[in-house]
Amino acid sequence: MDAAIAAHDLVVARGGRRVLHGVSCAVPRGTVTGLLGPSGSGKTTLMRAVVGVQTVTSGRVTVLGRPAGARELRHRVGYLTQAPSVYADLTVRENARYFAALHGRGRAEADRAVADVGLAGAAGQLVGTLSGGQRSRASLACALVGDPELVILDEPTVGQDPVLRADLWARFHAMAASGTTLLVSSHVMDEAARCDRLLLIREGRLIADDTPAGVRATAGTDNLDEAFLRLIRANEEANS
Amino acid sequence: MNPRILAATTGRILRQLRHDRRTVALLLVVPTVLLTLVYYMYVDQPTPPGQPSFFDQVALIMLGFFPFIIMFLVTSIAMLRERTTGTLERLLTTPLGKLDLLFGYGIAFGLAGVLQSTVASLVAYRVFGLATAGSAWLVIMIAGINAVLAVALGLLCSAFARTEFQAVQFMPVVVLPQLLLCGLFVPRGQMAGWLQAISDVLPLSYAVEALQEVGAHPDPTGTMWRDAAVVAGAAVVALVLAAATLRRRSG
Repeated sequence: MDAAIAAHDLVVARGGRRVLHGVSCAVPRGTVTGLLGPSGSGKTTLMRAVVGVQTVTSGRVTVLGRPAGARELRHRVGYLTQAPSVYADLTVRENARYFAALHGRGRAEADRAVADVGLAGAAGQLVGTLSGGQRSRASLACALVGDPELVILDEPTVGQDPVLRADLWARFHAMAASGTTLLVSSHVMDEAARCDRLLLIREGRLIADDTPAGVRATAGTDNLDEAFLRLIRANEEANS
Repeated sequence: MNPRILAATTGRILRQLRHDRRTVALLLVVPTVLLTLVYYMYVDQPTPPGQPSFFDQVALIMLGFFPFIIMFLVTSIAMLRERTTGTLERLLTTPLGKLDLLFGYGIAFGLAGVLQSTVASLVAYRVFGLATAGSAWLVIMIAGINAVLAVALGLLCSAFARTEFQAVQFMPVVVLPQLLLCGLFVPRGQMAGWLQAISDVLPLSYAVEALQEVGAHPDPTGTMWRDAAVVAGAAVVALVLAAATLRRRSG
């Protein structure tokens, strides 16, 4: 089966600076793929290119067999931006119902999406009065409410309680098991181990596209943090 | 455009407004306060024989102006918030069409403008004895069209503003020249030719003329309908331009 996301030699410049230097990668369907890298490495830019809101300098991105950003993909792709993009002057439920309506879903689906992120008790609360972690979960509910085939999540677990974080990851895997593809960015290495596949990115270049076990084997260490460091060093030596 | 998405978007914008009680209160109360000021400014002025009183002339045009100024500002800020909070970027990845969003704003704030001018008209007619030859409903209709025009211009201008400071600066740029040249201060026929030419291309001049037609004639005149159509047409043009400046992809 073809990949859910295939990027080919993707080059992106933002604000006159080159942010992605020819990234090529493939994300298989029905997996949780982690996009790992430090802040400023180009994770968000790559995700924006996948959902089709990023102006691309050259190269191409194919999503579910269509060019990224194609009209018919908007029903099939869910996107969680890094900063929570929900309406602060609406309640959690009203936000979820609005995004549900955009995807042709009803109130029941909206209420379920809110419950799924653990916000059933705060459904009637204005988003502006929520904590940062709750607000980003409200935003997550709005990304998942359309039951998309491909879900792009930009740092969904930042600021979440460890128990909730484990719940969210369990939910991501349950979604993948039912055929959904997830691309999840993080800068926390302990989350890398939870992914089926890893894309390691640094300074706009991909330095690994492998399973966590594969990354460990290539680097010759069981510690993913250490493995990332060794791959960066090896990459720098190869380039110099 | 998709009717279901348009309706959901309109409802969402009205719900946001409803949660902001203070804004709703200001929207409804401020015109009344200003009309009171105008009433007492002119109450002792002698009325030239054979003409409507100063209050009648000024209040009639103010009823059209309130929704224009307020809805322009409210829309500029609302759209800028969509941009800066990332909700616009997310909306553009969903099945929502650009026109669904823009017409959603047009309908939602257009309704808010109608509500505002209804309350203001009620006060002007009932409390301050505003007299117009034509129906008050025509005044409210023209005020509603003005509100939609203001929303359309606000959506268009917000594309050129990066910050709230810039967005607010568009108010004097877009609104004040139209207020000065609309014929309220100097009748349009008595202006220098080049000023008249500018006035002729500003949509609010037509709104003011339409209101003056309602003031002077018991039945809606052809001029009034033509003027109302010009204002509505300008609103549609501004909405289409706003759609053209709204890009799904950005750098």
